[in-house]
Amino acid sequence: MYSEKVMDHFANPRNVGEIPDADGIGKVGNPQCGDVMWLYIKVKDDIITDIKFKTFGCGAAIATSSMITELARGKTLEEAKKISRQDVATSLDGLPPQKMHCSNLASDALREAIKDYEAKKAAKA
Amino acid sequence: MKRVYFDHSATSRVLPEVFEAMAPFYTERFGNASSLHSFGREAKASMEHARKHLAALINAGPEEIIFTSGGTEADNLAVKGVAGYKGRSKGHILTTCIEHHAILESCAHMKRLGFDFTELPVSRDGIVDVGEAEKAMREDTVLVSVMAANNEIGTIQPIRQIGALAQSRGIPFHTDAVQAIGKMAIDVKKDNIDLLALSGHKFHGPKGIGALYIRKGTKIEPQIHGGGHERGLRSSTENVPGIVGLGKAAEIAKRDFDATTATMRGLRDRIIQSIPELVPRAYLNGHRTERLVNNANFRFDFIEGEALMLQLDMKGIAVSTGSACSTGSLEPSHVLMALGLKHEQAHGNLRLTLGRENTYEEVDRFLEVLPGVVSKLREISPFSEARTTGAREGGSCVQ
Repeated sequence: MYSEKVMDHFANPRNVGEIPDADGIGKVGNPQCGDVMWLYIKVKDDIITDIKFKTFGCGAAIATSSMITELARGKTLEEAKKISRQDVATSLDGLPPQKMHCSNLASDALREAIKDYEAKKAAKA
Repeated sequence: MKRVYFDHSATSRVLPEVFEAMAPFYTERFGNASSLHSFGREAKASMEHARKHLAALINAGPEEIIFTSGGTEADNLAVKGVAGYKGRSKGHILTTCIEHHAILESCAHMKRLGFDFTELPVSRDGIVDVGEAEKAMREDTVLVSVMAANNEIGTIQPIRQIGALAQSRGIPFHTDAVQAIGKMAIDVKKDNIDLLALSGHKFHGPKGIGALYIRKGTKIEPQIHGGGHERGLRSSTENVPGIVGLGKAAEIAKRDFDATTATMRGLRDRIIQSIPELVPRAYLNGHRTERLVNNANFRFDFIEGEALMLQLDMKGIAVSTGSACSTGSLEPSHVLMALGLKHEQAHGNLRLTLGRENTYEEVDRFLEVLPGVVSKLREISPFSEARTTGAREGGSCVQ
């Protein structure tokens, strides 16, 4: 039911971990629903220079988390904000329909992390 | 890589003996059991032979067995056929909250037609309370339906006592024994059963065949109308090869009962004992001893069941899970929730269901692989022991 790409990212997830001095952290999902993603970003000159994740969830949740780290790394914040749920799914050669809804939270987590970074930056200024 | 199959509650392999018994009925002895010529007569005779074996397995009379397309159809016939007898349009059905969907959805259907139904709760161990069942029986109760053993957590229900209570009130007692057959002794007389549903492929018979035992004298309305097969209770040309296979599987289940249940119990107990020793924060779901000899169901903190199932599959070990992600719904299994588990606990669940052909070597291979797979997923998980409290407080589901 999963594409080979999903299984690859699930079996060998990229960029798992935390960034202790992260510039922004995005936490989405709820353990009750079975999917939770925490995304950490480092930002320099409006560019995402490092990105890591930790995820509790099914195969699709882990694969989309892994994929978003690859899609967002090296992008400007404005570019990164534009990455949609559909973009993540397409990059993984699609997700089963029932997973589009519940387990495809990675782009939301990224936007939350960027929001967190921007809020911290505004507070400092 | 030789694969390991621990998902026998999903389906089981057709045994070679069963397959051999069935094969001629597709090719040479293909007659319609209703035909009067020799082709028909040999089909009919083989079908009746199978009926005897199946009846013997549960201590019923052959004339009390109606062949169906499977367990689901048998459950549907029992619920709709008994409750809706002669056009009855209201009354009360008593069942449990851990039944298979074949029962719960049939009850929901009857509710839409004007019936009322009650789902008995279960203890944290997954067992229905006999006293609660007695209290819930009403003047207008037309059917009591309690499964013999649960399909997810394997818990064995007190059907003999509940059956006695129902029968003493003149209420027909149905049991869904789809998972129980071949794994526990069932005697429809001693166990006070009026109707019993079973399915061939759960005990090494073919798919697409099952049966409903209907005690002589039980009032029931057919749900499939036509040429009057199966004493008018289930029209449709009989699936003779399937029936022959089901009969053979029943014969083997009875013949090998002691040996196969002892094997499965040994394997199960090694799994149940070893997992908590090998993996921290792993817990058994369902009663420790009042469970099917072939069922072990565990939950693992901080990780999700489908991910665990997929990881094991990549190592060649087939298991199943009741996590929401495996079912395509947002809700985890209704059985796990009925145990009083939190959503996040119900998500991290793994079901191992053994078969007569599994070995200690296979169990040991699983036990060797499991700790690493759980650790890998826990490393990816944002939750851990230290963080449990904070991380588990959640708002509404983000979608």
